Formats: sequence, C-alpha cells, structure tokens
Amino acid sequence: MKKFTFILILVLSIAISFTSCGKKAPKTADGKEVVMGFVYVGPIGDGGWTYAHEQGRQFVEKETGIRTIFKETVAESAEVKDVMRSMIDQGATIIAATSFGYMDFVVEMAKEYPNVKFIHCSGYKMAENMGNYFGRIEQPRFLSGIVAGMKSKSGKIGYVAAFEIPEVVRGINAFTLGVKSINPKAEVHVRWTHTWYDPAKEKEAAKALLDEKCDVIAQHQDTAGPQQAAEERGVFSVGYNSDMSKMAPKAYMTAPVWNWGPYYVDQVKKVMAGTWKAESYWEGMNADIVRLAPLTANAPDGAAAKVEDVKKKILAGTFNVFAGPIKDQSGKVRIPAGSAMSDKEQLSCDWFVEGVVGKVKGK
Amino acid sequence: MIKMSARTDCSAKESAAIRGGAIILALVTVSFFIMILGHNPFSVYGSMIEGAFGTVYRITETLRKSIPLIVASLGISLAFRLKFWNIGAEGQIMMGAMGATFCALTFPDLSSWLLLPMMGAASIICGGIWGAIPAYFRAKWRTNETIFTLMMNYVALKWLTYLQYGPWKDPAALGFPKIPGFSPNAVLPNVFGLHAGWIIAIVLVIIIHLFINHTQRGYEISVVGGSENTGRYAGMNVKAVIIYTIFLSGGICGLCGMIEASGVNRTLSVGITMGAGYTAIITSWLSSLKAPVIPVVCVLFAAMIQGGTFIQMAFQIPQSAAQILQGTILFFVLGSEFFVRYRVSFIKNIKAGGEK
Repeated sequence: MKKFTFILILVLSIAISFTSCGKKAPKTADGKEVVMGFVYVGPIGDGGWTYAHEQGRQFVEKETGIRTIFKETVAESAEVKDVMRSMIDQGATIIAATSFGYMDFVVEMAKEYPNVKFIHCSGYKMAENMGNYFGRIEQPRFLSGIVAGMKSKSGKIGYVAAFEIPEVVRGINAFTLGVKSINPKAEVHVRWTHTWYDPAKEKEAAKALLDEKCDVIAQHQDTAGPQQAAEERGVFSVGYNSDMSKMAPKAYMTAPVWNWGPYYVDQVKKVMAGTWKAESYWEGMNADIVRLAPLTANAPDGAAAKVEDVKKKILAGTFNVFAGPIKDQSGKVRIPAGSAMSDKEQLSCDWFVEGVVGKVKGK
Repeated sequence: MIKMSARTDCSAKESAAIRGGAIILALVTVSFFIMILGHNPFSVYGSMIEGAFGTVYRITETLRKSIPLIVASLGISLAFRLKFWNIGAEGQIMMGAMGATFCALTFPDLSSWLLLPMMGAASIICGGIWGAIPAYFRAKWRTNETIFTLMMNYVALKWLTYLQYGPWKDPAALGFPKIPGFSPNAVLPNVFGLHAGWIIAIVLVIIIHLFINHTQRGYEISVVGGSENTGRYAGMNVKAVIIYTIFLSGGICGLCGMIEASGVNRTLSVGITMGAGYTAIITSWLSSLKAPVIPVVCVLFAAMIQGGTFIQMAFQIPQSAAQILQGTILFFVLGSEFFVRYRVSFIKNIKAGGEK
C-alpha cells in the first residue's frame, strides 16, 4: 500500500511539472490576457451548425493569436452553466454561447460574472455584459428557395425543422417565399423534430416527407441527416449551415451557410482595445456573415443566373425578402404591399406564409 | 481449468490492493489511448486531478456534482439492501423534480420558509409513489422489479417531455419548449458557496446510517433482504416492508430531483437528472451499500466527471474521448469487484477415471 502511495505521488508530481509550462498570449490594453470560450450544442464534426462555429473559432485563433477553448455537445440545460463557469475558471474573458436554448442561463451567468463578456447566438435577451448576435440567414434561404423551386417537379418540397421558434419559422417563410417566386403553386411541407442534433431522427423525418411525394428536401437542422435521406432516395436537397456537398454528393444542390469568423474576430479585437460594448448584431449578406454556398452540378439549369440576379439586388439593398404583400396560411394579407416585415415582427414571427403545409404549434 | 468460487475472506488490505491495482491498470490502458490522441498521459491525468481539486472553485464544483449522486445512492442503497433491484432512480428523480416544480410554479410568491419544505415534501411523495408502484406489484404478484422500474423511467421521461412541450411550456419563450424558471423563493439558498443541497445530503447520510443500524424498521430491511422467509417466520409483514422501504428509496431519489431542480437548474427540463439515477447505481454498489462510504465514493466519482470536463477544454480532447477515458476507468474498477468477491484458481487437469 505504501508503495502504491509513493508511485501515486511520483506520478502526480511529474504530471504537475508538465502542466505548469505556459506561453505568451495577446493581452488587452490594461494587460489582461484575452481568452475566448465557445460553447457548442453539438459535436464539432456535425458537418453543420457547430462545425460552422468551429470554423469561426479557428479563424479567431489564426487572426488574433489569442487562446481559445471550446466544449462540444453541451445540453441546453443547467449543464451549460457548469461549462461556462469551468471556462471562466480556465481564464475565459469572453464566451460565445452558440445555441438559442442557452439564453436564460447566459443571462444568469452574466449577472454572476460582471467582468466576463458574453455573446449569445440567436437569442433576444441582453445585459450590460451580454450581447447577442445572429445573421439574416433568411436572405440566402430565399435564394436557396429559388433553386429548390426550379428543381421540384412535383411542386412539393419537404422541410425538416427543429423547433417552433421564430428563428426557424422565419427561415421556413423565407424559403417558401423563394420557392413561390418561381412556382406560385408550390407547397413546402414541414416536419418538426424537436432536436438540433439527432442525425437519425432528422433523416427519418426527411424520409417521411419523401414518402409524401416531396422531391426536394430542405432543412433547419444541425446535421446532414436529411441530405443523406435525399441521397438514398435519389432526389435532391438543400442543406444548411455548412457546405454539405461531401455528405450527399448526388443530392446536395446548395445551402444557406454561416461565416462567423469575421464577427468573432471583430468582437475579440474590441475586447482587446477595451471598446467592447454589449450590442445586438444582426447583419445579412452585405456583411458576409451569411452566404449561399456555391451551386453544385445537381442544381437546375439557369438557377445560377437567377440566384445571381436576386443576390445582386439584396446586396444593393433594393430587394427585401419580407416585403409585402405576404399572405398567411389562411390567405389573409399580413404584410400589405408597399411595406415590409419589421425586425421586431421577424424576431417574434409565429405564423407561416401561404404555401407552407404544417403548423406552428398552439396556433 | 479455471475455477471460480465465492469468497468472504478478502481482507481489507487485500481488497484495497486489488482495487488499487485495477485503477493503475486502467490508467495504463488509457495512457495508450491518450498517446494515440497525441497528448502526454501524465499531463492529462495531472490536469484531471487539478481540474477536480486544483482550486476552491473546482472543489466546490466537484462537490456540487457529487450531491445528486450521494442522495440518489442513499435512496438506491435502501432498495438494494432489500435485494430489490431498483433501476428506477432516474424516473424517481424526475418525478420528484416534477412534484417540486409543480409547487414552485403554482406558489411562486410563497415565502421560502414555506415553499422549499413544501417542494421537498412534494418531491418525496412523487418519487416515493413512483417507486412504490413497482414495489406493490412485486410484493403482491412477484413481478420482476428490475424490468418494471426500468420501464417506469421511460414513462417518467415521456411524461416530463409532455409537460415541457405542452401544458408547462413557458409562454414567454416564443415557442421554445422550456419550462419557466423558478422564482427566487423556490431556489435553494447558497451556504458557503454551494447550494444547501449539501446539508441535506449530509443529514441524510446520518439519518440513513442510524435508520439501518439502530432502528427496528432498519433491521427488518436487512432481515427481509437476507431472506423473505426468515422475515415471515419472525412475524414481519414482508409485503409492507417491501412497499414502505421502496417508497422511502424512491422518496429519497425524488428529493434528489428537488435539489437538482431548485438548487442547480432553477427550472425543470427533460435533462434534469444528467444520468445521476444510473450513475448512482454504480456508486451505491461500489460503496457496498454503506451510508458513510457513499459520500466518499460519490465525491471521487464526481471528481472523475469534473476532471473529465476540465481536460476536454484544457486539451481540446473530444467529448467522446473523455467519455471513453471515464468508461475505461469504470470498467476496470467494477471488474475488480469480481476479484474481491470471488477467488479464481487454476486447477490441473483431472486424470481420467479419477474421482478427484
């Protein structure tokens, strides 16, 4: 037993001597090291949402040289508080929480740690030291709707969606408006999965939609599950978050994708300069935080030109995805001609536009 | 030929050597895995310990993670003493948390002095009933409690899912399926930097220890657990013993749910247990069902979880790799229990025709 204790002490002392070597790191103006923590809802290899944020994290390391830490697969429960505390314990001075369901916990943590800066992705709550950020992914979603509308022969497009929250509802609406700009009679059928990350479940939902004679699949999910369902059935698909061409080479046409890197770098630079302030960041394609991934050979002929045309108008600011007239599912005009959906209306959107087949629960 | 025989003569020294050896073997095995990942195993292990005990904050964090394990292990140990294989702690924790949440959401403005005890009582009753249902069936019709309690977990999980996505959904969350947060009155206060659940855990350890060793009811549990017939001949009401013991077992697990909901989550969600109900089966077994040993084992276990989280961030090891590490350590430690309980000996071939 004594021998065992001796070995244990030996092992520990070697271990501790190993851990105590550090390296120099970039600092703020008043000499504090800047460390950025990233909390992910899925694994970094999900090929979608978390992967896109992970690309942003690597971009931050490359561009600013600061130390970053991340933790993947963090549930949208009190677990996220443990993770953030742990990050702060390891020196994090700014933390990006990258899922909607973290919001209330981030608010709690921001109160608990007034000296740490928090940025929360896709939410709407703020505090002195807590900002939020998102992108107008609706713009490239509309464009992807154009591609899907041109490709679909049956006029029925399937859409695998995560939760009945404004972010997702808004995306479905933008996509549907894009589809209908090509084929006014087309329908977008929605399936809810109630998960961000569950490849098998998302794939099953896509298959169910394909059984209902949908011939193009789109998605608001973090994995490429729906893409693979389309690939297996020999139909076509529109991805989300990241370029998913490798996951479904014969089905994938394009995807609205995220480009978080420049935003993260900007935030870090502001922290280093001491000018960081909690803000609500919500930019679109002109800020390059959202993009439409390059069209593959699976995309229909002429789609590239059509997309390019609308894209130019978006970039020039002459085209608004949510410009009226927009009717809801009952045929009632919700946004009259000559006006557009305001940011506030978009952020609390809980109704589907005409052409969507599905329900926003409780409505 | 290998012969295995049960042993009861394993001395404390011997069993400590076996368990210590298992841990070293586990660490050696995992070292290779860590090296494949491109890290130095010594620094990874060092960080794990540092991450679990390195600072006051980390110790607090480790203790915080150990509280649900301790409380649930205590609950499970009662059932296991009766040889009632209660796999249902997970569901009992959920139902307890649900009972507490019901009180917290219904009476948000009640004073803490009334509300918290009320939540505690509700959680004990809900968790207790959830445990008593399979106990009744077992006592009455000898159903298999392992399967029954396991299935009750799924029922509880789906019930919580229903509440979270349906009647209890927060109307202020813009459609996101979450249950509203508790009012400050329904949150367990912090005592010395850690929510008051630790006091409940310590008090429970003492109560259960006294209950098992110094009360008639506790003695009955040991007797019936040893042999139901002995209990019957001694004039005990075996059915009643089973039902109320499992009610207690489930009730304590339910209280664990209240502590987690009120002290940590400040709301209820389907992920409330974080698997504590299953982990606690292992910890209570490793503690040989002895109440005073349970906190020690649970703190070590929590240290492994906390250290695992720490190294994920410090070395950017994938979550799955950290889990393999924890799983391997667990495999060896649990495996060593076999050698503590059984003797393995090699016997030379028996000669043909010979009796022995």
